[in-house]
Amino acid sequence: MVTLTIDGKKVTVRKLSTVLDAARKLDIPIPTLCHHSELSPYGGCRLCIVEIKGMARPITACTTPVSDGMEVITTSPYIEKLRKTTLELLLSDHPNDCMVCERAGDCTLQELAYFYGIRENRFEGERRFYTRKDNNPFIEREMEKCILCGQCVRICDEIQGVGAIDFAHRGFKTRICPPYEKDLNCEFCGQCVAVCPTGALTGKMWAHKGRQKDIKEIETVCPYCGCGCSLTLHVRRNEVIRVSSREDTINEGWLCAKGRFGYGFINHPDRLTKPLIRIVPKNSQKSSARGGRSQKTLNSQLSTLNSQLFREVSWDEALVYVAKRLREIKDRYGPDSIGGLSSAKCTNEENYLFQKFMRAVIGTNNVDHCVRYCHSSTLAGLATVFGSGAMTNSIPEIGNHDVIFVIGSNTTETHPIIGLRIKKAVRGGAELIVADPRRIDLVRFAGIWLQHRPGTDVALLKSMMHVIVKEDLTDKKFIEEWTEGFESFKEGLNEYTPDMGEKITGVPKEYIIRAAILYGNAVRPGIYYTMGITQHTHGTENVFAIAKLALMTGNIGRESTGVNPLRGQNNVQGASDMGCFPDFYPGYQKVNIPNIKQKFEKAWGVRLSDKIGLTAPEMAEAALKGNLKAMYIMGENPVLSDPDINRTIEALKRLDFLAVQDIFMTETAELADVVLPAACFAEKDGTFTNTERRVQRVRKAVEPPGEAKEDSWIIIELANRLGYKMKHAFIEEVFQEAGKVWPAIEGITYGRIAKMGLQWPCPTLDHPGTPYLFKGGFPRGKAVFSTTRYRPSEELPDNEYPFLLSTGRQLFQYHTGSMTRKIDAINKISPEAYIEIHPDDAKQFGINDGKIIKVSSRRGSINIKALISDRPAKGMVFIPFHFKEAAANVLTGTALDPIAKIPELKVCAVKIEVVVLTVS
Amino acid sequence: MEEELLEEILASYRGDRGELVPILQEVQDNLGYLPEKSMVDIAKFIGVPESHVYSVASFYAQFRLLPLGRKRIAVCRGTACHIRGAPQILNRIEKTIGLKEGETSDDLEYTLETVACFGCCALAPCIRVNMDVVGEMTSEKVDELFPPVIEGVKNDQ
Repeated sequence: MVTLTIDGKKVTVRKLSTVLDAARKLDIPIPTLCHHSELSPYGGCRLCIVEIKGMARPITACTTPVSDGMEVITTSPYIEKLRKTTLELLLSDHPNDCMVCERAGDCTLQELAYFYGIRENRFEGERRFYTRKDNNPFIEREMEKCILCGQCVRICDEIQGVGAIDFAHRGFKTRICPPYEKDLNCEFCGQCVAVCPTGALTGKMWAHKGRQKDIKEIETVCPYCGCGCSLTLHVRRNEVIRVSSREDTINEGWLCAKGRFGYGFINHPDRLTKPLIRIVPKNSQKSSARGGRSQKTLNSQLSTLNSQLFREVSWDEALVYVAKRLREIKDRYGPDSIGGLSSAKCTNEENYLFQKFMRAVIGTNNVDHCVRYCHSSTLAGLATVFGSGAMTNSIPEIGNHDVIFVIGSNTTETHPIIGLRIKKAVRGGAELIVADPRRIDLVRFAGIWLQHRPGTDVALLKSMMHVIVKEDLTDKKFIEEWTEGFESFKEGLNEYTPDMGEKITGVPKEYIIRAAILYGNAVRPGIYYTMGITQHTHGTENVFAIAKLALMTGNIGRESTGVNPLRGQNNVQGASDMGCFPDFYPGYQKVNIPNIKQKFEKAWGVRLSDKIGLTAPEMAEAALKGNLKAMYIMGENPVLSDPDINRTIEALKRLDFLAVQDIFMTETAELADVVLPAACFAEKDGTFTNTERRVQRVRKAVEPPGEAKEDSWIIIELANRLGYKMKHAFIEEVFQEAGKVWPAIEGITYGRIAKMGLQWPCPTLDHPGTPYLFKGGFPRGKAVFSTTRYRPSEELPDNEYPFLLSTGRQLFQYHTGSMTRKIDAINKISPEAYIEIHPDDAKQFGINDGKIIKVSSRRGSINIKALISDRPAKGMVFIPFHFKEAAANVLTGTALDPIAKIPELKVCAVKIEVVVLTVS
Repeated sequence: MEEELLEEILASYRGDRGELVPILQEVQDNLGYLPEKSMVDIAKFIGVPESHVYSVASFYAQFRLLPLGRKRIAVCRGTACHIRGAPQILNRIEKTIGLKEGETSDDLEYTLETVACFGCCALAPCIRVNMDVVGEMTSEKVDELFPPVIEGVKNDQ
């Protein structure tokens, strides 16, 4: 520690702090334009100059390290005069168009000019002119206003790890630009916009929507991925006009393109505004799936709303109708003939009410949600081994890993903000191992990249474990104390030599050995995985293998050490927690254990079913067979998200009754008998639980469009009409009710999470929340090493279908696109589907970049644009599943994991053909 | 050909960040300038963003981002040359070949530059065409050296 004096006040700070840090600690203001606390010091703007006793001339506070006994003066007439001159020089070639500048009122330069009273400028000279050339839809660059503080350059390089822009040229001609001064072409995270101290960088979609006057700012949580970033919605006249994020949050103020610029769906004209009832019978709807499986029929079937299909009705009519149909079907076929899909996009409260509606009002456990398609294998796997299936660590802990093992997760695209944390940890010295069949962006940062064949994860992990045993890197004490069955498990590893691993996975054995030794020797390693692990017919076994790798090395139950499944949806953790499962009540309590059932019967005041309900794919199956008669789908779009689209459509059409509650007319809603318009995240209060189990507050910022209603209101109204009394004066009551049946969240109140969310378990009001799980043991006692063997995926390439297709996500679009594809800016940057294909394969088939090719599997075919890329390995192709006009899920198979019932979306066999298009 | 040449050049480096300037120099020595494509490859090779390569390449005066003409004309603006009529010589050349100082003709025949002095003051006014210095320049000599009608280059007046 170092003690120094600033303006006569003593302050003690850490060694290596700067004078600026010390002054900020004392709350002494020093003007800066180029400084950012998360970035390397720059010393470019010269405004933070201070006088230091013993130094001949003023010196920049942001770059000067403190030393003992230093005496600093931050303000004097001399210093202020220098600062004012510097400002005048900065302003001498500034356009001074604050009247029309987007950032007026939110501009540091303007603020400083105001404080220093700069009305006229003594300096007049050349101006730098900039011809606007940015055609990108997100970021407006008015470089005449740029003061060359370099914050954007440093943020892009140091935080985002992209380096899309840099200084170019020199002297007066210096400017900040993308390489070769072309248009900006980057991830469009807008971090640069967030830190720009002038009006040089702004959001294109902010233009003329309002500046600082009459703006309400509402703190809420991002509606996209599971990172759970805090958003500040800037609202003017019931419209979200801008999104920003505070620095003192879980995401440290950083956002991705979707979070920062993806809010356009809220006020979109296509939002559903009135309840709709079908007038044309479903089966007469043109181009029925049964008629054929060609691409043509499918495309027209997935076209947008044909308003002739529905008529607008009042809420009363819609609710009475839904209640009547559900009651009729329940009376005739029994409660188990009805199924419900809840939504990981909705709040905890709404998910709690939804499953309660299905269980207490309808009387069935047929309730599921999209977790089935992403992390059901995690839940089955981790819950079996550890007793809980959530992320064991928290996002801030990523910074302290010494080894990070990312397997089957394209983190920078699917969880961009967690991706930033990983990059930051790597910059701080952590070793990164990436196991992925594709050359994903994280590979750039990785020390070791294991490019294994899709579906061979178990073999890869087992051969790593083989090495760990051989090298004697197991944690014997931990194994003894916390696990059972290791000895027989160890024997099972014998056959998985690195040679065998190389043969199955295609990864050179030296890499397998290096990765194993690195992980085995690590002190605080973390494993991160997503769909690349879970979406397989052996998804649960993949998860088992990961869990065992952590167990045998004792790498779990400590800070910055554990196993972390990254959750895909903003509230998929919450929807799971709230019991939207066919076999679990809220809090993962089994429906078929009598005393648990009794507890819920008492809480809800009705008799409940102890029969485990149907999972989502089983519901489709039952509908096809005619056993499931009605479905109530809230905020999900199974037509696009589930495997084998043709089959899903057919299943939904077979239903006697389908009610869909959504914010847009999705492909699923088009098949509904009743469509109920819902409010989106910005239009309601409640909570979301992010991937690290953090319950965060969602706040209402704007009124819903037209007659759209909050999902909670709709569910409560339906329940009441079906004769079950649900009444909640305010939404927190629902959360409190959930806390009563699941003690892990009982200590969380809206008051406690007003500023920052809490991580469950948080059982009491004075409990601080739990950043990492399994400190001092597992809930189920000892973790079990069961033996599983590697088995290949269900459908592998053969002579007829020689390519292996993997599906997944990309940075700009989100899931089935019902939100992001409504946003023009996002569509401009990511307009259409593509298939990534290796250059060698493309050459062999005579495919040029951008050519339309036909991709077929045993289930269907699509036409799609080729993107020649070295990301996939030879023989593998990749299609993002966001695009309905070339829907990847036409191709995927419905083979399920026998335990978790998750479909194998990551591996299926396809063939490709060049097509000659007559009309484009 | 360019690609092979670049590959050959890169083969003699390790791929460190610090090698950027020497690589750029060697590439320019061989290609005459720094084509965009080669900067893309260099960035990949040393593992830095393209923006960084462009930043360095555009910072130093020694690097050229555009190709040079086959005849690179440098007119001396040194004191001795100035007194003995360098401005008139420059003016004459500009008119004859239709280029301003710093420009390259579209057909890549000429590049016109000026330099402060290349130490041939005894021969003032002098110019340099590629590596050859031509001293005691006169308007007639300009016409001789640069035949006035050149296809594809517009001539003022």
